[in-house]
Amino acid sequence: MVDQTVSEALAKPAAAAGPGRDFWRGIAVPAALVVIWSAASHLGLVDSRLLVPPERVALVPFLDADGRELWLGITASVLRMLAGFTIGILAGGALGLLMGVSRFAERGIAPSFTAVRQITLFAWIPLLTAWFGNGEAAKIVFIALSAGFPMALNTHQGLRDIPIAFVEVARVLRLSRRRLLTQVLVPSALPAIAIGIEIALINAWIGTVGAEYAMGLGRGVGAFLAEGREQFRMDIVIVGVLTLALVGFVLNTLLRAGVARLMPASGNSRR
Amino acid sequence: MLAETSLDIRTVSKTYQVNDQALDVLRNIDFTVEPGEFVSIVGASGCGKSTLLRLIIGLDTEYHGDILLDGRRIDGPGADRSIVFQEHRLFPWLTVEQNVALGLDASDAPVAIRGQSVAEHIDLVRLAGFEKAYPHQLSGGMAQRAAIARALVNRPKILLLDEPLGALDSLTRAYLQDELLRIWRQQSVTVLMVTHDVEEAVYLSDKIVVMEPRPGRIAGIVPIDLDHQRERAAAGFIAHKERVLHLLNH
Ligand SMILES: Nc1ncnc2c1ncn2[C@@H]1O[C@H](COP(=O)(O)OP(=O)(O)O)[C@@H](O)[C@H]1O
Ligand SMILES: [Mg+2]
Repeated sequence: MVDQTVSEALAKPAAAAGPGRDFWRGIAVPAALVVIWSAASHLGLVDSRLLVPPERVALVPFLDADGRELWLGITASVLRMLAGFTIGILAGGALGLLMGVSRFAERGIAPSFTAVRQITLFAWIPLLTAWFGNGEAAKIVFIALSAGFPMALNTHQGLRDIPIAFVEVARVLRLSRRRLLTQVLVPSALPAIAIGIEIALINAWIGTVGAEYAMGLGRGVGAFLAEGREQFRMDIVIVGVLTLALVGFVLNTLLRAGVARLMPASGNSRR
Repeated sequence: MLAETSLDIRTVSKTYQVNDQALDVLRNIDFTVEPGEFVSIVGASGCGKSTLLRLIIGLDTEYHGDILLDGRRIDGPGADRSIVFQEHRLFPWLTVEQNVALGLDASDAPVAIRGQSVAEHIDLVRLAGFEKAYPHQLSGGMAQRAAIARALVNRPKILLLDEPLGALDSLTRAYLQDELLRIWRQQSVTVLMVTHDVEEAVYLSDKIVVMEPRPGRIAGIVPIDLDHQRERAAAGFIAHKERVLHLLNH
Protein backbone atom coordinates (compact mmCIF):
# COMPACT_ATOMS: atom_id res chain seq x y z
CA MET A 1 0.00 0.00 0.00
CA VAL A 2 1.06 3.52 -0.63
CA ASP A 3 2.33 4.99 2.56
CA GLN A 4 4.39 7.98 1.73
CA THR A 5 4.63 11.20 3.67
CA VAL A 6 4.41 14.82 2.69
CA SER A 7 8.07 15.39 2.05
CA GLU A 8 8.38 12.35 -0.19
CA ALA A 9 5.31 13.30 -2.13
CA LEU A 10 6.39 16.92 -2.45
CA ALA A 11 9.77 15.81 -3.75
CA LYS A 12 8.10 14.39 -6.85
CA PRO A 13 8.21 16.80 -9.78
CA ALA A 14 4.84 18.29 -10.63
CA ALA A 15 2.93 16.55 -13.42
CA ALA A 16 2.85 18.40 -16.74
CA ALA A 17 -0.40 20.23 -17.40
CA GLY A 18 -2.66 19.37 -20.35
CA PRO A 19 -2.27 16.70 -23.01
CA GLY A 20 0.89 17.86 -24.73
CA ARG A 21 3.92 15.93 -25.84
CA ASP A 22 4.08 14.16 -22.51
CA PHE A 23 0.58 12.81 -23.04
CA TRP A 24 1.46 11.19 -26.37
CA ARG A 25 4.73 9.90 -25.02
CA GLY A 26 2.81 8.48 -22.06
CA ILE A 27 0.33 6.73 -24.27
CA ALA A 28 2.99 5.21 -26.56
CA VAL A 29 3.88 2.31 -24.30
CA PRO A 30 0.30 1.11 -23.65
CA ALA A 31 -0.46 1.46 -27.37
CA ALA A 32 2.56 -0.64 -28.30
CA LEU A 33 1.52 -3.24 -25.73
CA VAL A 34 -1.96 -3.48 -27.23
CA VAL A 35 -0.44 -4.01 -30.69
CA ILE A 36 1.87 -6.74 -29.40
CA TRP A 37 -1.00 -8.29 -27.41
CA SER A 38 -3.23 -8.28 -30.50
CA ALA A 39 -0.51 -9.76 -32.70
CA ALA A 40 0.38 -12.42 -30.15
CA SER A 41 -3.19 -13.64 -29.76
CA HIS A 42 -4.11 -13.48 -33.46
CA LEU A 43 -0.95 -15.14 -34.69
CA GLY A 44 -1.51 -17.91 -32.16
CA LEU A 45 1.76 -17.23 -30.36
CA VAL A 46 -0.03 -17.59 -27.02
CA ASP A 47 -2.92 -19.82 -26.04
CA SER A 48 -5.93 -17.62 -26.84
CA ARG A 49 -7.67 -18.82 -23.67
CA LEU A 50 -4.87 -17.18 -21.65
CA LEU A 51 -4.58 -14.07 -23.72
CA VAL A 52 -7.88 -13.09 -25.28
CA PRO A 53 -7.57 -10.68 -28.25
CA PRO A 54 -8.13 -7.03 -27.31
CA GLU A 55 -11.26 -6.49 -29.41
CA ARG A 56 -13.02 -9.38 -27.63
CA VAL A 57 -12.05 -7.94 -24.26
CA ALA A 58 -13.38 -4.56 -25.30
CA LEU A 59 -16.80 -6.06 -26.11
CA VAL A 60 -17.17 -8.25 -23.02
CA PRO A 61 -18.70 -5.53 -20.79
CA PHE A 62 -21.40 -4.93 -23.44
CA LEU A 63 -22.22 -8.21 -25.12
CA ASP A 64 -21.47 -10.93 -22.61
CA ALA A 65 -24.05 -11.75 -19.92
CA ASP A 66 -21.40 -12.30 -17.25
CA GLY A 67 -19.41 -9.33 -18.56
CA ARG A 68 -22.38 -6.99 -18.18
CA GLU A 69 -22.19 -7.59 -14.44
CA LEU A 70 -19.24 -5.19 -14.55
CA TRP A 71 -21.41 -2.07 -14.49
CA LEU A 72 -23.25 -3.00 -11.32
CA GLY A 73 -19.92 -4.13 -9.93
CA ILE A 74 -18.31 -0.75 -10.57
CA THR A 75 -21.27 1.04 -9.02
CA ALA A 76 -21.20 -1.18 -5.94
CA SER A 77 -17.44 -0.85 -5.53
CA VAL A 78 -17.38 2.91 -5.95
CA LEU A 79 -20.22 3.40 -3.45
CA ARG A 80 -18.53 1.06 -1.00
CA MET A 81 -15.26 2.87 -1.49
CA LEU A 82 -16.83 6.28 -0.96
CA ALA A 83 -18.39 5.12 2.30
CA GLY A 84 -15.10 3.73 3.63
CA PHE A 85 -13.07 6.64 2.28
CA THR A 86 -15.34 9.20 3.92
CA ILE A 87 -15.23 7.45 7.28
CA GLY A 88 -11.48 6.97 6.90
CA ILE A 89 -10.54 10.55 6.13
CA LEU A 90 -12.85 11.93 8.80
CA ALA A 91 -11.57 9.60 11.51
CA GLY A 92 -7.96 9.76 10.29
CA GLY A 93 -8.12 13.52 9.92
CA ALA A 94 -9.52 13.90 13.43
CA LEU A 95 -6.84 11.63 14.87
CA GLY A 96 -4.08 13.47 12.99
CA LEU A 97 -5.48 16.80 14.13
CA LEU A 98 -5.59 15.66 17.73
CA MET A 99 -1.99 14.44 17.63
CA GLY A 100 -0.94 17.59 15.78
CA VAL A 101 -2.40 20.17 18.12
CA SER A 102 -2.05 18.52 21.51
CA ARG A 103 1.31 17.44 22.89
CA PHE A 104 -0.57 15.46 25.49
CA ALA A 105 -2.56 13.52 22.90
CA GLU A 106 0.54 13.09 20.76
CA ARG A 107 2.48 11.48 23.61
CA GLY A 108 -0.44 9.26 24.43
CA ILE A 109 -1.51 8.17 20.97
CA ALA A 110 1.45 8.46 18.60
CA PRO A 111 3.42 5.41 19.86
CA SER A 112 0.40 3.07 19.61
CA PHE A 113 -0.52 4.59 16.28
CA THR A 114 2.96 3.97 14.91
CA ALA A 115 2.96 0.41 16.22
CA VAL A 116 -0.46 -0.43 14.78
CA ARG A 117 0.51 1.13 11.47
CA GLN A 118 3.27 -1.45 11.12
CA ILE A 119 0.64 -4.18 10.69
CA THR A 120 0.22 -4.88 6.99
CA LEU A 121 -3.30 -3.84 6.15
CA PHE A 122 -4.29 -7.20 4.72
CA ALA A 123 -3.42 -8.80 8.04
CA TRP A 124 -6.46 -7.00 9.45
CA ILE A 125 -8.80 -9.08 7.32
CA PRO A 126 -9.01 -12.17 9.58
CA LEU A 127 -9.62 -9.95 12.57
CA LEU A 128 -12.24 -7.86 10.82
CA THR A 129 -14.13 -10.86 9.45
CA ALA A 130 -14.10 -12.38 12.94
CA TRP A 131 -15.57 -9.19 14.39
CA PHE A 132 -17.89 -8.10 11.62
CA GLY A 133 -18.46 -11.20 9.50
CA ASN A 134 -18.03 -11.33 5.74
CA GLY A 135 -20.57 -8.64 4.94
CA GLU A 136 -20.57 -4.98 4.14
CA ALA A 137 -19.46 -3.76 7.59
CA ALA A 138 -16.14 -5.61 7.54
CA LYS A 139 -15.36 -4.35 4.05
CA ILE A 140 -16.16 -0.76 4.87
CA VAL A 141 -14.12 -0.86 8.06
CA PHE A 142 -11.22 -2.29 6.08
CA ILE A 143 -11.49 0.48 3.47
CA ALA A 144 -11.74 3.08 6.23
CA LEU A 145 -8.54 1.72 7.77
CA SER A 146 -6.79 1.81 4.39
CA ALA A 147 -7.73 5.45 3.95
CA GLY A 148 -7.47 6.47 7.59
CA PHE A 149 -3.82 5.66 8.26
CA PRO A 150 -2.25 7.84 5.55
CA MET A 151 -4.78 10.57 6.32
CA ALA A 152 -3.87 10.60 10.02
CA LEU A 153 -0.17 10.40 9.27
CA ASN A 154 -0.12 13.28 6.80
CA THR A 155 -2.40 15.50 8.87
CA HIS A 156 -0.24 14.94 11.93
CA GLN A 157 2.95 15.57 10.02
CA GLY A 158 1.56 18.66 8.32
CA LEU A 159 0.64 20.16 11.68
CA ARG A 160 3.98 19.23 13.19
CA ASP A 161 5.95 20.79 10.34
CA ILE A 162 4.46 24.24 10.70
CA PRO A 163 7.28 26.77 10.39
CA ILE A 164 8.40 28.00 13.79
CA ALA A 165 8.28 31.55 12.38
CA PHE A 166 4.50 31.30 12.07
CA VAL A 167 4.11 29.82 15.53
CA GLU A 168 6.08 32.73 16.95
CA VAL A 169 3.86 35.24 15.18
CA ALA A 170 0.82 33.50 16.62
CA ARG A 171 2.32 33.70 20.11
CA VAL A 172 3.27 37.35 19.76
CA LEU A 173 -0.23 38.22 18.53
CA ARG A 174 -1.65 36.08 21.36
CA LEU A 175 -4.15 34.43 19.05
CA SER A 176 -7.05 32.60 20.63
CA ARG A 177 -6.96 28.80 20.35
CA ARG A 178 -9.76 28.82 17.83
CA ARG A 179 -8.11 31.45 15.66
CA LEU A 180 -4.80 29.64 15.93
CA LEU A 181 -6.40 26.44 14.69
CA THR A 182 -8.49 27.88 11.87
CA GLN A 183 -6.24 30.68 10.61
CA VAL A 184 -2.77 29.29 11.21
CA LEU A 185 -2.47 25.59 11.93
CA VAL A 186 -4.94 24.07 9.48
CA PRO A 187 -4.15 26.39 6.53
CA SER A 188 -0.46 25.79 7.03
CA ALA A 189 -1.00 22.02 7.08
CA LEU A 190 -3.41 22.10 4.15
CA PRO A 191 -0.96 21.02 1.43
CA ALA A 192 0.02 18.03 3.57
CA ILE A 193 -3.62 17.27 4.33
CA ALA A 194 -4.44 17.40 0.60
CA ILE A 195 -1.70 14.87 -0.08
CA GLY A 196 -3.10 12.76 2.75
CA ILE A 197 -6.52 12.80 1.09
CA GLU A 198 -5.03 11.88 -2.25
CA ILE A 199 -3.13 8.91 -0.83
CA ALA A 200 -6.20 7.95 1.21
CA LEU A 201 -8.25 7.80 -1.98
CA ILE A 202 -5.75 5.60 -3.81
CA ASN A 203 -5.53 3.36 -0.75
CA ALA A 204 -9.30 3.24 -0.37
CA TRP A 205 -9.67 2.02 -3.94
CA ILE A 206 -6.98 -0.62 -3.56
CA GLY A 207 -8.53 -1.55 -0.22
CA THR A 208 -12.01 -1.83 -1.77
CA VAL A 209 -10.93 -4.32 -4.39
CA GLY A 210 -8.76 -6.17 -1.89
CA ALA A 211 -11.66 -6.44 0.54
CA GLU A 212 -14.04 -7.64 -2.15
CA TYR A 213 -11.56 -10.15 -3.43
CA ALA A 214 -10.62 -11.46 0.01
CA MET A 215 -13.97 -11.26 1.82
CA GLY A 216 -16.15 -12.67 -0.96
CA LEU A 217 -19.91 -12.26 -1.06
CA GLY A 218 -21.67 -9.33 -2.63
CA ARG A 219 -21.13 -7.33 -5.78
CA GLY A 220 -18.09 -5.36 -6.80
CA VAL A 221 -15.18 -5.21 -9.18
CA GLY A 222 -13.19 -7.45 -6.85
CA ALA A 223 -15.95 -10.05 -6.85
CA PHE A 224 -16.23 -9.71 -10.63
CA LEU A 225 -12.52 -10.48 -10.90
CA ALA A 226 -12.68 -13.41 -8.50
CA GLU A 227 -15.62 -14.82 -10.42
CA GLY A 228 -13.78 -14.51 -13.74
CA ARG A 229 -10.80 -16.33 -12.34
CA GLU A 230 -12.95 -19.12 -10.88
CA GLN A 231 -14.56 -19.71 -14.25
CA PHE A 232 -11.27 -19.31 -16.07
CA ARG A 233 -12.69 -16.42 -18.11
CA MET A 234 -9.53 -14.53 -18.99
CA ASP A 235 -11.51 -11.93 -20.94
CA ILE A 236 -13.39 -11.04 -17.76
CA VAL A 237 -10.23 -11.01 -15.68
CA ILE A 238 -8.53 -8.66 -18.12
CA VAL A 239 -11.57 -6.38 -18.19
CA GLY A 240 -11.59 -6.36 -14.40
CA VAL A 241 -7.93 -5.46 -14.14
CA LEU A 242 -8.24 -2.68 -16.71
CA THR A 243 -11.30 -1.39 -14.88
CA LEU A 244 -9.34 -1.18 -11.63
CA ALA A 245 -6.69 0.92 -13.27
CA LEU A 246 -9.18 3.14 -15.07
CA VAL A 247 -11.42 3.80 -12.08
CA GLY A 248 -8.38 4.53 -9.92
CA PHE A 249 -7.11 6.96 -12.51
CA VAL A 250 -10.46 8.71 -12.89
CA LEU A 251 -10.93 9.02 -9.11
CA ASN A 252 -7.49 10.48 -8.70
CA THR A 253 -7.99 12.97 -11.52
CA LEU A 254 -11.33 14.10 -10.11
CA LEU A 255 -9.86 14.47 -6.65
CA ARG A 256 -6.90 16.52 -7.87
CA ALA A 257 -9.18 18.86 -9.74
CA GLY A 258 -11.34 19.19 -6.62
CA VAL A 259 -8.37 19.83 -4.34
CA ALA A 260 -6.91 22.40 -6.73
CA ARG A 261 -10.19 24.32 -6.62
CA LEU A 262 -10.48 24.14 -2.85
CA MET A 263 -6.95 25.34 -2.13
CA PRO A 264 -6.89 29.03 -1.27
CA ALA A 265 -5.33 31.28 -3.88
CA SER A 266 -1.97 31.38 -2.21
CA GLY A 267 -2.00 28.14 -0.23
CA ASN A 268 0.79 26.57 -2.25
CA SER A 269 3.05 29.53 -2.64
CA ARG A 270 4.73 29.92 0.69
CA ARG A 271 7.72 32.10 0.95
CA MET B 1 -2.10 60.29 22.84
CA LEU B 2 1.40 60.08 24.25
CA ALA B 3 3.29 56.88 24.85
CA GLU B 4 4.15 56.84 28.53
CA THR B 5 5.74 53.46 28.79
CA SER B 6 9.43 53.24 29.52
CA LEU B 7 11.41 50.10 28.87
CA ASP B 8 14.18 49.34 31.34
CA ILE B 9 16.72 46.71 30.45
CA ARG B 10 18.68 46.01 33.62
CA THR B 11 21.87 43.94 33.57
CA VAL B 12 20.36 41.36 31.27
CA SER B 13 22.42 38.27 30.48
CA LYS B 14 21.41 35.31 28.38
CA THR B 15 23.07 31.95 27.90
CA TYR B 16 22.15 29.30 25.34
CA GLN B 17 22.98 25.64 25.96
CA VAL B 18 24.57 24.37 22.75
CA ASN B 19 25.78 20.76 22.76
CA ASP B 20 26.09 20.77 26.55
CA GLN B 21 28.15 23.93 26.31
CA ALA B 22 27.07 27.25 27.70
CA LEU B 23 27.11 29.93 25.02
CA ASP B 24 27.12 33.47 26.41
CA VAL B 25 24.97 35.44 24.04
CA LEU B 26 24.23 38.56 26.06
CA ARG B 27 26.18 39.91 29.01
CA ASN B 28 25.12 42.78 31.26
CA ILE B 29 22.96 44.61 28.78
CA ASP B 30 21.79 47.78 30.46
CA PHE B 31 19.89 50.68 28.94
CA THR B 32 16.56 52.47 29.05
CA VAL B 33 14.20 53.40 26.28
CA GLU B 34 12.26 56.50 27.28
CA PRO B 35 8.59 56.94 26.38
CA GLY B 36 8.21 58.09 22.79
CA GLU B 37 11.87 57.57 21.95
CA PHE B 38 13.25 56.03 18.75
CA VAL B 39 16.20 53.90 19.77
CA SER B 40 18.37 51.80 17.47
CA ILE B 41 20.65 48.90 18.23
CA VAL B 42 23.60 48.33 15.89
CA GLY B 43 26.19 45.61 16.11
CA ALA B 44 27.93 42.86 14.18
CA SER B 45 25.79 39.92 13.20
CA GLY B 46 25.68 37.29 15.91
CA CYS B 47 26.09 39.73 18.80
CA GLY B 48 22.65 38.92 20.20
CA LYS B 49 20.43 41.71 18.85
CA SER B 50 17.60 39.40 17.79
CA THR B 51 17.94 37.46 21.03
CA LEU B 52 17.46 40.68 23.00
CA LEU B 53 14.30 41.53 21.03
CA ARG B 54 12.97 38.00 21.64
CA LEU B 55 13.43 38.56 25.37
CA ILE B 56 11.68 41.94 25.25
CA ILE B 57 8.73 40.67 23.19
CA GLY B 58 8.39 37.75 25.62
CA LEU B 59 9.03 34.81 23.28
CA ASP B 60 11.84 33.73 25.60
CA THR B 61 11.60 34.36 29.33
CA GLU B 62 14.74 32.58 30.49
CA TYR B 63 17.38 35.19 31.23
CA HIS B 64 19.19 36.83 34.08
CA GLY B 65 18.54 40.42 35.09
CA ASP B 66 15.32 42.31 34.56
CA ILE B 67 13.42 43.66 31.62
CA LEU B 68 10.90 46.10 33.03
CA LEU B 69 7.96 47.76 31.38
CA ASP B 70 6.87 50.62 33.63
CA GLY B 71 8.54 48.76 36.45
CA ARG B 72 6.90 45.38 35.79
CA ARG B 73 8.95 42.39 34.72
CA ILE B 74 8.04 40.93 31.34
CA ASP B 75 6.77 37.37 31.57
CA GLY B 76 5.47 36.72 28.05
CA PRO B 77 3.95 38.41 25.03
CA GLY B 78 1.53 41.24 25.78
CA ALA B 79 -0.66 43.86 24.15
CA ASP B 80 1.78 46.63 25.09
CA ARG B 81 4.48 45.32 22.73
CA SER B 82 4.63 44.18 19.15
CA ILE B 83 7.35 43.18 16.74
CA VAL B 84 8.17 43.24 13.04
CA PHE B 85 10.66 40.57 12.04
CA GLN B 86 13.23 40.84 9.29
CA GLU B 87 11.06 38.64 7.07
CA HIS B 88 7.52 39.95 6.94
CA ARG B 89 6.03 36.70 8.31
CA LEU B 90 2.61 37.44 6.88
CA PHE B 91 0.45 34.34 6.58
CA PRO B 92 0.49 33.52 2.86
CA TRP B 93 -3.06 32.12 2.88
CA LEU B 94 -4.55 35.33 4.29
CA THR B 95 -5.09 38.65 2.52
CA VAL B 96 -3.45 41.85 3.72
CA GLU B 97 -6.66 42.79 5.48
CA GLN B 98 -7.01 39.41 7.19
CA ASN B 99 -3.36 39.45 8.23
CA VAL B 100 -3.69 42.90 9.76
CA ALA B 101 -6.94 41.90 11.48
CA LEU B 102 -5.13 39.08 13.29
CA GLY B 103 -3.32 41.82 15.18
CA LEU B 104 -6.64 42.61 16.84
CA ASP B 105 -7.57 39.04 17.73
CA ALA B 106 -6.50 39.40 21.35
CA SER B 107 -8.02 42.85 21.77
CA ASP B 108 -11.40 43.35 23.37
CA ALA B 109 -12.36 46.05 20.88
CA PRO B 110 -15.93 45.64 19.59
CA VAL B 111 -16.18 44.02 16.17
CA ALA B 112 -17.66 47.18 14.64
CA ILE B 113 -14.56 49.17 15.51
CA ARG B 114 -12.12 46.51 14.39
CA GLY B 115 -12.86 46.81 10.70
CA GLN B 116 -12.32 50.54 10.94
CA SER B 117 -9.04 50.09 12.83
CA VAL B 118 -7.78 47.67 10.23
CA ALA B 119 -8.67 50.06 7.40
CA GLU B 120 -6.99 52.96 9.20
CA HIS B 121 -3.77 51.09 9.68
CA ILE B 122 -3.71 49.83 6.10
CA ASP B 123 -4.08 53.49 5.18
CA LEU B 124 -1.33 54.46 7.59
CA VAL B 125 1.19 52.26 5.78
CA ARG B 126 -0.21 53.42 2.42
CA LEU B 127 -1.55 50.06 1.30
CA ALA B 128 -5.10 51.23 0.62
CA GLY B 129 -6.31 49.37 -2.47
CA PHE B 130 -4.34 46.25 -1.54
CA GLU B 131 -6.66 45.04 1.21
CA LYS B 132 -7.61 41.93 -0.73
CA ALA B 133 -4.11 41.16 -2.04
CA TYR B 134 -2.23 38.07 -0.87
CA PRO B 135 1.34 38.48 0.40
CA HIS B 136 2.85 36.85 -2.70
CA GLN B 137 1.25 39.57 -4.79
CA LEU B 138 3.12 42.29 -2.87
CA SER B 139 6.65 43.59 -3.32
CA GLY B 140 9.07 43.12 -0.41
CA GLY B 141 8.57 46.70 0.74
CA MET B 142 4.79 46.45 0.60
CA ALA B 143 4.80 43.18 2.52
CA GLN B 144 6.97 44.75 5.20
CA ARG B 145 4.55 47.67 5.43
CA ALA B 146 1.66 45.24 5.86
CA ALA B 147 3.63 43.60 8.68
CA ILE B 148 4.06 47.03 10.28
CA ALA B 149 0.30 47.61 10.03
CA ARG B 150 -0.34 44.26 11.71
CA ALA B 151 2.08 45.20 14.48
CA LEU B 152 0.50 48.62 15.06
CA VAL B 153 -3.19 47.85 14.68
CA ASN B 154 -3.62 46.96 18.36
CA ARG B 155 -1.93 50.23 19.35
CA PRO B 156 1.06 48.85 21.23
CA LYS B 157 3.12 51.21 23.35
CA ILE B 158 6.39 49.75 22.15
CA LEU B 159 7.19 48.64 18.62
CA LEU B 160 10.20 46.36 18.15
CA LEU B 161 11.72 46.19 14.69
CA ASP B 162 14.30 43.52 13.81
CA GLU B 163 16.17 44.72 10.73
CA PRO B 164 12.83 45.50 9.10
CA LEU B 165 14.39 47.08 6.02
CA GLY B 166 17.38 44.75 5.80
CA ALA B 167 16.15 42.75 2.83
CA LEU B 168 15.06 45.69 0.69
CA ASP B 169 16.81 47.52 -2.15
CA SER B 170 18.31 50.90 -1.29
CA LEU B 171 15.64 53.06 -2.93
CA THR B 172 12.80 51.26 -1.16
CA ARG B 173 14.84 51.43 2.01
CA ALA B 174 15.31 55.18 1.88
CA TYR B 175 11.61 55.64 1.18
CA LEU B 176 10.57 53.36 4.06
CA GLN B 177 12.97 55.11 6.44
CA ASP B 178 10.99 58.29 5.91
CA GLU B 179 7.78 56.31 6.22
CA LEU B 180 8.96 54.87 9.54
CA LEU B 181 9.65 58.37 10.83
CA ARG B 182 6.22 59.54 9.74
CA ILE B 183 4.50 56.54 11.35
CA TRP B 184 6.51 56.91 14.54
CA ARG B 185 5.45 60.56 14.89
CA GLN B 186 1.88 59.97 13.82
CA GLN B 187 1.35 57.06 16.24
CA SER B 188 3.58 58.46 18.99
CA VAL B 189 4.78 54.95 19.65
CA THR B 190 8.08 54.07 21.29
CA VAL B 191 10.39 52.32 18.82
CA LEU B 192 13.33 50.00 19.42
CA MET B 193 14.89 49.02 16.11
CA VAL B 194 17.73 46.65 15.27
CA THR B 195 19.69 47.54 12.15
CA HIS B 196 23.11 46.83 10.69
CA ASP B 197 23.05 50.09 8.75
CA VAL B 198 24.75 52.83 10.78
CA GLU B 199 23.54 55.62 8.51
CA GLU B 200 19.97 54.40 8.89
CA ALA B 201 20.38 54.37 12.66
CA VAL B 202 21.74 57.94 12.74
CA TYR B 203 19.01 59.11 10.36
CA LEU B 204 16.16 57.72 12.46
CA SER B 205 17.18 57.54 16.10
CA ASP B 206 17.23 59.63 19.22
CA LYS B 207 19.81 57.27 20.62
CA ILE B 208 21.96 54.41 19.32
CA VAL B 209 23.00 51.42 21.39
CA VAL B 210 26.21 50.00 19.90
CA MET B 211 26.89 46.34 20.66
CA GLU B 212 29.97 44.18 20.30
CA PRO B 213 30.02 40.40 19.96
CA ARG B 214 31.19 37.31 21.86
CA PRO B 215 29.59 37.72 24.27
CA GLY B 216 27.09 40.38 23.22
CA ARG B 217 27.83 43.52 25.24
CA ILE B 218 27.18 47.21 24.95
CA ALA B 219 30.18 48.99 23.46
CA GLY B 220 28.64 52.39 23.99
CA ILE B 221 25.49 54.47 23.73
CA VAL B 222 25.43 57.42 21.35
CA PRO B 223 22.73 60.06 21.79
CA ILE B 224 21.87 61.74 18.50
CA ASP B 225 21.33 65.40 19.31
CA LEU B 226 20.40 66.51 15.82
CA ASP B 227 17.12 68.14 14.93
CA HIS B 228 14.55 66.07 13.13
CA GLN B 229 15.16 67.26 9.57
CA ARG B 230 18.35 65.31 9.03
CA GLU B 231 20.70 65.77 6.10
CA ARG B 232 22.89 62.77 5.47
CA ALA B 233 25.63 64.98 4.04
CA ALA B 234 25.65 67.47 6.94
CA ALA B 235 28.79 67.70 9.07
CA GLY B 236 26.90 66.92 12.32
CA PHE B 237 25.33 63.82 10.76
CA ILE B 238 28.70 62.54 9.60
CA ALA B 239 30.28 63.22 12.97
CA HIS B 240 27.64 61.08 14.69
CA LYS B 241 28.11 58.34 12.12
CA GLU B 242 31.86 58.41 12.78
CA ARG B 243 31.33 58.03 16.52
CA VAL B 244 29.13 54.99 16.04
CA LEU B 245 31.52 53.44 13.50
CA HIS B 246 34.41 54.06 15.86
CA LEU B 247 32.61 52.19 18.68
CA LEU B 248 31.83 49.35 16.28
CA ASN B 249 35.44 48.92 15.13
CA HIS B 250 37.32 50.05 18.21
N1 LIG C 1 17.94 29.11 19.86
C1 LIG C 1 19.28 29.24 19.90
N2 LIG C 1 20.05 28.25 20.42
C2 LIG C 1 21.38 28.39 20.46
N3 LIG C 1 22.06 29.46 20.03
C3 LIG C 1 21.37 30.48 19.50
C4 LIG C 1 19.94 30.42 19.41
N4 LIG C 1 19.52 31.57 18.84
C5 LIG C 1 20.63 32.31 18.60
N5 LIG C 1 21.73 31.66 18.99
C6 LIG C 1 23.10 32.17 18.92
O1 LIG C 1 23.14 33.36 19.65
C7 LIG C 1 23.98 34.30 19.00
C8 LIG C 1 23.23 35.59 18.79
O2 LIG C 1 22.21 35.38 17.83
P1 LIG C 1 21.26 36.56 17.35
O3 LIG C 1 20.58 37.11 18.53
O4 LIG C 1 20.41 36.02 16.27
O5 LIG C 1 22.30 37.61 16.77
P2 LIG C 1 22.05 38.89 15.85
O6 LIG C 1 20.59 39.13 15.74
O7 LIG C 1 22.77 39.99 16.55
O8 LIG C 1 22.69 38.61 14.54
C9 LIG C 1 24.50 33.66 17.74
O9 LIG C 1 25.77 33.17 17.98
C10 LIG C 1 23.52 32.54 17.51
O10 LIG C 1 24.15 31.47 16.87
MG1 LIG D 1 19.33 39.09 14.02
